[in-house]
Amino acid sequence: MDNRPDILRIENLGKTFSIGAALFSRPLTLTALQDISFTIRQGETLGIVGESGCGKSTLGRCILQLLTPDSGRVLWMGEDIASLPKEEMRKRRRDLQIIFQDPLASLNPRMTVGEIIADPLRTLMPELDAVARRAKVLKTMEAVGLLPEMINRYPHEFSGGQAQRIGIARALITDPKLIVCDEPVSALDVSIQAQILNLLADLKDEFGLTLIFISHNLSVVRHVSDRILVLYLGRMVELAEGDDLYEAPKHPYTRALLTAVPIPDPIRARQRTIDGLEGEIPSPINPPSGCTFRTRCRFAIGLCAEERPPLENTGHGLVACHRWKELELQPGA
Amino acid sequence: MDKVLSVHDMNVTFALHQSEVRAVSELSFSLARGETLAVVGESGSGKSQAFLAIMGLLARNGHASGRAMLGDVNLIGMAPDALDQYRGRDIAMIFQDPMTSLNPSLKVKTQLAEVLVRHQQMDERKAQTEVIAMLERVGMPEPVKRANAYPHELSGGMRQRVMIAMALLCRPKILIADEPTTALDVTVQAQMLDLFKSLTNDFGTALVMITHDLGVVAGLADRMMVMYGGRAVEKGTTDQLFYDPRHPYTLGLLHSTPHVAKRARRLDPIQGLPPSLEHLPSGCAFHPRCAFRFEKCFVERPPLAEIGGGREKACWVDGPLQRREVA
Repeated sequence: MDNRPDILRIENLGKTFSIGAALFSRPLTLTALQDISFTIRQGETLGIVGESGCGKSTLGRCILQLLTPDSGRVLWMGEDIASLPKEEMRKRRRDLQIIFQDPLASLNPRMTVGEIIADPLRTLMPELDAVARRAKVLKTMEAVGLLPEMINRYPHEFSGGQAQRIGIARALITDPKLIVCDEPVSALDVSIQAQILNLLADLKDEFGLTLIFISHNLSVVRHVSDRILVLYLGRMVELAEGDDLYEAPKHPYTRALLTAVPIPDPIRARQRTIDGLEGEIPSPINPPSGCTFRTRCRFAIGLCAEERPPLENTGHGLVACHRWKELELQPGA
Repeated sequence: MDKVLSVHDMNVTFALHQSEVRAVSELSFSLARGETLAVVGESGSGKSQAFLAIMGLLARNGHASGRAMLGDVNLIGMAPDALDQYRGRDIAMIFQDPMTSLNPSLKVKTQLAEVLVRHQQMDERKAQTEVIAMLERVGMPEPVKRANAYPHELSGGMRQRVMIAMALLCRPKILIADEPTTALDVTVQAQMLDLFKSLTNDFGTALVMITHDLGVVAGLADRMMVMYGGRAVEKGTTDQLFYDPRHPYTLGLLHSTPHVAKRARRLDPIQGLPPSLEHLPSGCAFHPRCAFRFEKCFVERPPLAEIGGGREKACWVDGPLQRREVA
């Protein structure tokens, strides 16, 4: 699979937000993303994990140009999307779609299912007439497991799992090449979650999709992803093939995340000791110096406070830790 | 065993415009001192409504019948004033979203101290000292500083610690936790689960963990009760249900749960959707989604019956289950 072409390249992406400060005081700057660089191969699923506030959703939105990055570039099939003329950018938008976490909240309650799914066609494929649009909607509904008679119903008549199918159909209708899935199953019951994950896997095979799968649930990410990117406070801490990451984590944060994942196996769950990840994530407004993880890391040394660790190639991926070579971390689960 | 709560034949109904919906049917279970019971099921299984009924917290169109015995006292049908003697003091409940349970305009210490002032007639100063000690006990970083904060100034994990501290202030016999870690990050969730474990050990509190996530209960619960369509469909120890599930729904939940240590090409989900309580299927409510069903399941509802080893299940299929696809 390694000889498939890169379809997306992210170069030194950075994004900050100004936090509205009180009157007469200076606004604060929150660094959401810093120095993010990676590539995605065609047909690959890249998982992005991290705790809330790590920047994973911001990254997804920057890739789709729903947010404008402050620095760096997003190259889609070799082209910098942000620099394209408006008309060209619209064409590219067909290729890049997104699925959101809360399926019901992301669907317009006043539109029928058919209208919701057809909506992206109005702007992204204006050349289609009403008949062609309807045919495309029905075909897409079938692909995601919705019945044709549902076309005139409204979102509130659907359960969470069905609503997520509508959200997936809306993303799929423009024949995209890449879909950013932002916590697509987090709001769903476990039995429905498995249905949606299988559906995404089937659609990926059927349409040759490339997926970016953003989630805080490492079990789900493990299940769907070829490679996994771990973010902490807006920075890349580790990037590796799924099996390598889970079996031989190189970054103490990755290892800590893995040991915290609940295991649905009572005997193993009772035996396991959780790698004490103390405290909570520091504020991204005032992140720690050097390695931002050092305040929660039990391996931290003086150097970690002084210098930010560079991303280094481990032979199996990338890691940003001063001590990765000397630490022999056990698998997480 | 020393039982702190026994529920017998409890029903919960909700009056709609024209009809009535039954959210919980014929539910019976008991809870021993210091034990942890996991109540597992999907949305609409009745798992939350059953415990809201016990707490007297049903919506206005809700009605509960049956018995929920806290010692000699039946909590079902009790007037709110009378219930207040027991709520908070003997039995407390925490929810998924702490922000909806905390008063945004009061400092943490003020709303926590109120519990002690009200239930134990403690004076305000002493109550606040107790509050800070309890915040420290539940692992709140910098407890004095957080006690003086407002809820919005705290992270999600800290707010849930505040809720747990509030629930434990009167050392209740029973703590009911409704999806307490669902909204939290995995690292904070792990801290919380550890906290629950140590609290049941230290205080002898019986814990009811309501959740749809089997991963959360595996390391924590002593016993489990699986609910579907408003009824208990399987009961037993955690090990029995995980390693030898006897109800096809329990088996389905286990196969739907992704495991971080194993990567399977495909998960094995339960087919179809949970039933609408207004239109429950005939016979066994699970039969439309069940891979093991046969003729009888379509017409006759299986009773919850003992199957040996202290276990119970409501299913017509005998013996251990092998995986099967829905035909």
